[in-house]
Amino acid sequence: MFLGRVIGEVVATVKHPALAGRKILVVDMMGPDRKPLGESVLAIDSVDAGVGDFVLVVDEGSSAAVVTGLPDPPIRTVIVGVVDAVYEGS
Amino acid sequence: MWATQKVDTLRGARMLIVQPLTHDLAERGRPLVAVDTVSAAPGQTVFIVKAREAAKALQEPFNPVDAAIVGIVDEVSLSTER
Repeated sequence: MFLGRVIGEVVATVKHPALAGRKILVVDMMGPDRKPLGESVLAIDSVDAGVGDFVLVVDEGSSAAVVTGLPDPPIRTVIVGVVDAVYEGS
Repeated sequence: MWATQKVDTLRGARMLIVQPLTHDLAERGRPLVAVDTVSAAPGQTVFIVKAREAAKALQEPFNPVDAAIVGIVDEVSLSTER
């Protein structure tokens, strides 16, 4: 899993049926200190996240199946949480 | 991209060459070959799914495929306050 900030949304009329009605968000990958890692990905939203939210993202197909409720979706990257705080240190 | 001789389960699959982009649509990384599931045309901005989940986009999910085009982008709306 990784952390990131939602920085936008993708609008797509033509898409795979498994993606119908799903919110596709642009996530800027970040470290726990909220510094951008210089890479962004598209992720399916499952927690009603929005632009500006600091989120937890899972990048694995079986998890995507669990979250979307579809048996075998062509989906890999899913937002599974909105992060309130990250505590660092020992 | 055309390939006459290929694995049987890939017969009829349409393969396109896709240049990956950043969120602001700048080219990033090397082009790759992806199976098309949405009748995309050259020049269109698309999104792809990679790795094992790509094969699940096809009618026959037990397929040697690691990238599939699963949508055509109308618009990417990015937040201005960043």
